[in-house]
Amino acid sequence: MQATGAIAPVFAADASVPRSARAERRWTRWLLIGGSLGFLGLVLVVPLIAVFTEALRGGLRTYLASFADADARAAIWLTLTVAAIAVPANLVFGVMAAWAIAKFDFVGKSVLTTLIDLPFAVSPVVSGLIYVLLFGLQGWLGPWLAEHNARVIFAVPGIVLATMFVTFPFVARELIPLMQEQGSEEEQAALSLGASGWQCFWRVTLPNVKWALLYGVILCNARAMGEFGAVSVVSGHIRGQTNTMPLHVEILYNEYNFVGAFAVASLLALLALATLAAKSAVEWRHRALRRSGSAALASSTACGSVPN
Amino acid sequence: MGIEVRHITKTFGAFAALRDVSLSVARGELVALLGPSGSGKTTLLRIIAGLETPDPAEGSGLFFHDKDIARRPVRDRGVGFVFQHYALFRHMSVFENVAFGLRVKPRRTRPSRQEIHNRVLSLLKLVQLDSMAGRYPSQLSGGQRQRVALARALAVEPQVLLLDEPFGALDAKVRLELRQWLRRLHDELHVTSVFVTHDQEEALEVADRVVVMNEGRIVQVGSAEEVFHHPADEFVMNFLGNVNVFHGRVQNGRAQLGPLQLECTEHASSQPVAARAFVRPYELDVDDHANGQPCFPAVVQHINAAGPRVKLTLTTGDETPLHAEISLERLHLLNLRPGMTVYVSPRDVRMFLDAAQPNVHTWSADRPIHVEFEPPRLERR
Repeated sequence: MQATGAIAPVFAADASVPRSARAERRWTRWLLIGGSLGFLGLVLVVPLIAVFTEALRGGLRTYLASFADADARAAIWLTLTVAAIAVPANLVFGVMAAWAIAKFDFVGKSVLTTLIDLPFAVSPVVSGLIYVLLFGLQGWLGPWLAEHNARVIFAVPGIVLATMFVTFPFVARELIPLMQEQGSEEEQAALSLGASGWQCFWRVTLPNVKWALLYGVILCNARAMGEFGAVSVVSGHIRGQTNTMPLHVEILYNEYNFVGAFAVASLLALLALATLAAKSAVEWRHRALRRSGSAALASSTACGSVPN
Repeated sequence: MGIEVRHITKTFGAFAALRDVSLSVARGELVALLGPSGSGKTTLLRIIAGLETPDPAEGSGLFFHDKDIARRPVRDRGVGFVFQHYALFRHMSVFENVAFGLRVKPRRTRPSRQEIHNRVLSLLKLVQLDSMAGRYPSQLSGGQRQRVALARALAVEPQVLLLDEPFGALDAKVRLELRQWLRRLHDELHVTSVFVTHDQEEALEVADRVVVMNEGRIVQVGSAEEVFHHPADEFVMNFLGNVNVFHGRVQNGRAQLGPLQLECTEHASSQPVAARAFVRPYELDVDDHANGQPCFPAVVQHINAAGPRVKLTLTTGDETPLHAEISLERLHLLNLRPGMTVYVSPRDVRMFLDAAQPNVHTWSADRPIHVEFEPPRLERR
């Protein structure tokens, strides 16, 4: 008994430490999960439900009638147009910037990397103001544009420019870390096998980043359609001409046309949900591909039939 | 000549990766570039491939089969390059990886669909992976991936095959199998090949000729036997295989190198000169009594009898531990135990003196000892 006396407390301590650690972990876990779920519910789910209830308050017929309005249609059309220009432009820019940053060493590389993040750091309203200062009638290029009868501010070009500014980090930011991780050995291999730079890009580089690219485009598109601040500054809010969907929602709301406002808002919300679904699908597909790859490797090595 | 490299220099910023390197590789030869990391071997390989451009210099040049290719871009050089980490196209199947080089050919020279199919399948057979054609690189083991990379490089029928540490990322057993397999493959195909390695055993076993590099220079070129038994300088001696080094000085025709005393008639002057003697572990005889040979006492510290040769670690008191290799029979005959005092006599000593004099072989009690003088070339380091 004397001999084990010295050992017993050690055992007791051993057993009790993990138990209390586990207990603490469980307690923390529930607090964290509960907290975040509660927060999400309060801040995201409830408003989302509110949007759809408000939109459908007058019944399905009134809801659909809100889209028959010419201004609403113009707003939807404009938003689609802006996204159709801004997203491909950012796609090209993003791939170019990511390629340059990930595969080459050049002077000013860190400056470019920082600049790409600028739109994330700057308030969208400021982004819009930059274009007003540049292209507005009192701005640097405004008088020259007016002379040539071209309008940028309070017109579609301004909206497209502001949207592009706000959304340009999305594609590049998705691609840069991936391309850096992948390195350029595969490209070098392709070149040594006789591929031209163009073949190398289409056959090796692009397929290697396609999932990240798609992911970036989805996020970019969501932001392009939903942008309010920057667009609001440059658009001029001309009904039927320079109103995008988010701006149209605000106007309808200010006019106490709640059903109309929420109906258009519900479209934006649906777009967000569709984007999330697409994003999850992309992620899921990407993971599934990776999993099937490693699973097949595991099975092939396990059965031992493969000669090394 | 298969490959000819003339006076190539390459600097990265302030770092000189290659200093005026010239090298000839015969048609159909398999040459190893051997050296420690930072010796410039990979840079030389990448310059041959065209993945790196050498510094512009008077008289520099690069020739494949006597054609000047220094100004050709990688894609027009007709090289097969195998990367250490395989660099397989991860989104393509094994088949597509091997077919890549054929598919990107301009339409005029591109083989037909059927020809590509046949060529790829025969290459996959050659590397014993024909059953894996549909797999993706992530589904293969390291050894299999490297074989796919080799098949891919061979698909374009390269003029020269360049391999950058091809087995560096593989585990020991696979590495051994694959390098023997590469040797057999080369005997079959006879493509002019250069491979880079830092593993001296790999270089000595696989290559027709070994090019030893250090600090951006070629130190020695020769057959495995030549570089191993007749090293050009201390670096090669040290780098190829285990070796015991004795530091000391020579004066009045006698060399005192730690516990080792030798005659050295080449330096009879009373002016002392620093010298180093190199003895390989298997060139040391171990006995339990002084047997009349020049010898010095040492204490057995550790005995490792795992393997065909017994590895002894000995201490001589003031020096770093000494390594000796003896046969298992000798171990049992002498009945060695840790702590025992033994008498060590070198069978073959290679001595390098810090003096610019011609190399000479001297000192023979009854066996030859090589004394070599430090070549002045290395003084510039």
